[in-house]
Amino acid sequence: MPYDEALERFEPVLGLETHVELGTASKMFCGCPTEFGAPPNTQVCPVCLALPGSLPVANAEAIESTIRIGLALNCTIAEWCRFARKNYFYPDMPKNYQISQYDEPLCTDGYLDVVVDGRTVRVEIERVHLEEDTGKSTHVGGATGRIHGADYSIVDYNRAGIPLVEIVTKPIAGADRLAPDVARAYVTELRELMRALGVSDVRMEEGSLRCDVNVSLMPRGSSEWGTRSETKNVNSLRSVERAVRGEIERQAAILADGGRIIQETRHFHEDTGRTTSGRSKEEAQDYRYFPEPDLLPMAPDRDWVASLKAALPELPSVRRARLQAEWGVSDLDMAAMHNADAIGLVEATVAAGAPAADARKWWMGELARRANEAGKPLAELSITPADVARVTELVASGALNDKLARQVLEGVLAGEGGPDDVVAKRGLQIVSDEGELLAIIDKVLADNADAADKVRSGKVAAVGALVGGVMKASRGKADAGRARELILEKLGVS
Amino acid sequence: MTELLRKTAAELGRLIGSREVSAVEVAQAHLDRIAEVEPKVNAFLHVDPDVTLAQARAVDDRIGAGERLGPLAGVPVAHKDVFTTTDMPTTAGSKILEGWRPPYDATVTGRLREAGLVILGKTNLDEFAMGSSTENSAYGPTRNPWDLSRIPGGSSGGSSASVAAYEAPLSTGTDTGGSIRQPAAVTGIVGMKPTYGGSSRYGLIAFASSLDTPGPFARNVLDAALLHEAFSGHDVMDSTSIHAEVPPVVEAARQADIAGLRVGVVKEFGGEGYQPGVLARFHEAVELLESLGAKVVEVSCPSFGYALPAYYLIAPSECSSNLARFDAMRYGLRIGDDGTRSAEEVMALTRAAGFGPEVKRRIMLGTYALSSGYYDAYYGQAQKVRTLISRDFDAAFHQVDVLVSPTTPTTAFPIGERADDPMAMYLADLCTIPTNLAGNAAISVPCGLADEDGLPVGLQIMAPVLGDDRCYRVGAAVERALEDRWGGPLLAKAPAL
Repeated sequence: MPYDEALERFEPVLGLETHVELGTASKMFCGCPTEFGAPPNTQVCPVCLALPGSLPVANAEAIESTIRIGLALNCTIAEWCRFARKNYFYPDMPKNYQISQYDEPLCTDGYLDVVVDGRTVRVEIERVHLEEDTGKSTHVGGATGRIHGADYSIVDYNRAGIPLVEIVTKPIAGADRLAPDVARAYVTELRELMRALGVSDVRMEEGSLRCDVNVSLMPRGSSEWGTRSETKNVNSLRSVERAVRGEIERQAAILADGGRIIQETRHFHEDTGRTTSGRSKEEAQDYRYFPEPDLLPMAPDRDWVASLKAALPELPSVRRARLQAEWGVSDLDMAAMHNADAIGLVEATVAAGAPAADARKWWMGELARRANEAGKPLAELSITPADVARVTELVASGALNDKLARQVLEGVLAGEGGPDDVVAKRGLQIVSDEGELLAIIDKVLADNADAADKVRSGKVAAVGALVGGVMKASRGKADAGRARELILEKLGVS
Repeated sequence: MTELLRKTAAELGRLIGSREVSAVEVAQAHLDRIAEVEPKVNAFLHVDPDVTLAQARAVDDRIGAGERLGPLAGVPVAHKDVFTTTDMPTTAGSKILEGWRPPYDATVTGRLREAGLVILGKTNLDEFAMGSSTENSAYGPTRNPWDLSRIPGGSSGGSSASVAAYEAPLSTGTDTGGSIRQPAAVTGIVGMKPTYGGSSRYGLIAFASSLDTPGPFARNVLDAALLHEAFSGHDVMDSTSIHAEVPPVVEAARQADIAGLRVGVVKEFGGEGYQPGVLARFHEAVELLESLGAKVVEVSCPSFGYALPAYYLIAPSECSSNLARFDAMRYGLRIGDDGTRSAEEVMALTRAAGFGPEVKRRIMLGTYALSSGYYDAYYGQAQKVRTLISRDFDAAFHQVDVLVSPTTPTTAFPIGERADDPMAMYLADLCTIPTNLAGNAAISVPCGLADEDGLPVGLQIMAPVLGDDRCYRVGAAVERALEDRWGGPLLAKAPAL
């Protein structure tokens, strides 16, 4: 059912479960390193392989990071809580239970405010808890890349035991047609929060931030929530938005036909933007949770928690408000920078000496266009804020005009060196030698006698063509303003 | 039997340290004894003379080079085959781990290796330490050296039998519900369950994490204390290990003075189900304590009656989760991997073939007890009982310094007698289980032979958490007085093998 029609008939209720891999140097319960991309099964030991007799020892830094996340999300930090075992069999989980938290999470009852369409939406946080990641299975052969139908599967346990924080929202109702945007804005904000806290590199494409999206619909006028689906494998911000939208459309079509929604796990497909059915939760697994007997309860000291709270960095929303005021930009421009992930880049460019307006102009203009062409995020362009600041400086000094500046940026992106290197190598200095410029003007006036006469006779507008001729003849290196002045002077109309 | 075999571990350590005898000679004497009696006893799952003698030679070299080692350097020890060892297989008595070679040492085995003890081999046990008779081993039962038709206790039955049969002067065991004390009692030797967390569980293949406790076996109290001291103490690899000094167990075993000690007799242990010969020896032991200057009172621990059912919910619950890792994916047995079956099918086939009936029974019990809807009624209630039992102990230790009881209700029963009756088997641990649930310390020392069958009876001495030294002090006093009375150790009365 088309989105607009679905929204006329139903009201969506969202829930988001986000997993964040913490960037600790070692794993959650052993000393193995956590670097991404190492050869398979090289970052393993008796503990994370669950060899008989091995025991977990909790990573203190991971507990601290989780508490800081909880504090940044305005949560209550438990005075006493425990790890619990979640029991289920799966080949990529070495112990066949996951050490997680059940009814005693570290952090509860918080919130995160997000801004969508100029409106602030408060997303309430149910809980934040700490657990360990599983290994990574690769299913080889078969059509779906899933375990069913695969010829065989291989498992990499490097990821097994990496600390994982799960952040669960309370149901988000009232977002209405903005539900997909709220979901996206929430994950975006959460990602920035993790970066600001320095607890994770939150790379969705590497799986260090993963999102499960729960969606249910209730008919307009009803206050009874519908059955929800849980969509996994949502691996980009855009996918979060598309998955919510897709589920709203899918569920609305079923409900409108008098069908019923099955409580199930669904898989999101990046290519189609649609979800397909995974295992049904109606024959739900019984995880047989019980308190982890190999680990002691956690009782975070109150003074310590208070000191962690006092030492929290400036949070992203506060920082954005401050920068917006400092830069004097509109809500709309700020939102655009936020969406393009450009705020940090602009800030760094300003810090390197550029005026805010210029920094914003280049990042959101030429560089955004280049990034878009290359199909990658701004931050991955091979240019630094310092480079951009240098270009704005060259323009301000008159050494470059905008057109030349774009060529300098192109050179930097192409790996030709810093802005000064590109200027030197490509010979992109504005022609400031008046003798050379006058020679070009003389030639242009001689070649364009008609236009010169028009100007002499008072049709000053015709000077544009002459200036254009000068720019062409100088291959763009002339200072167009100075050329105009000199032409008018020569033709006696100044 | 050579004289070396009769010597205490303390004496062997002294002789080796002063180079009057070499570690190699001592190891060889025990290897010869093993070769001689193993066909009758079956205490060992794994013996490798080359590995053992190489270790002994290395210790001799260290001593020869003037290195100062502990009092047990060069003394042989047999390890229950539930502790990982890098140079010998570790099977937990199960087919599912047959031939598994761990890449790491357990803390207990590693520390003893460091202290210069020489590993004689790995001893038989009930599969995954689940049982009270060693009949549940996948590799055949161990026999009691006192009477080869009877059980040596369990689950650490290979460890108790090896020491009682003079195959080893020392051995390690684990006590989850009585698995050190009960085998010690029925084979006439000393077995100690330390305070939970006093000895590291790292590298001990888990049965029930909140109960499992490594501990020593020896033929006398001082030797047990020396071994206890050598492997105990805080371990960063075990989060449940206690940050505290090891109680002064060796000093206590040497002191053996109990004048003025307050001793409580647990009222709830005794009467129906207890063998008269066991009770007779127990009462004599209590009189002995009084004669040595102890003040004896009767103490009631009303919640102890619920200990057995609570234990049989908690231990299986934890084991159902702990044993989930045996899934054929990374190590051990793998059945049905013929290219046509899914991982799930291979897991199921392997577990069906690799686990014995008692292990399966407990996995099923535990899986059921933890299930949604049953958790509160079973696991939750059992944890409450556990708290009540701890309170009973606290109240009792407010009144007395130690509590005493028979270690087991009966002497060693015949192999096969209770094999088909799990409930009868479980009753063997009636007196030992409360201590596991509360986490405090308890020892079993020999206190004579039952009149009916001439088999050994054990006296259990229970002390508070971290009061391990009291067990040794009282145990040593009883041992000294009884050996005076008997004219030597109780084991001297055992028939020759």
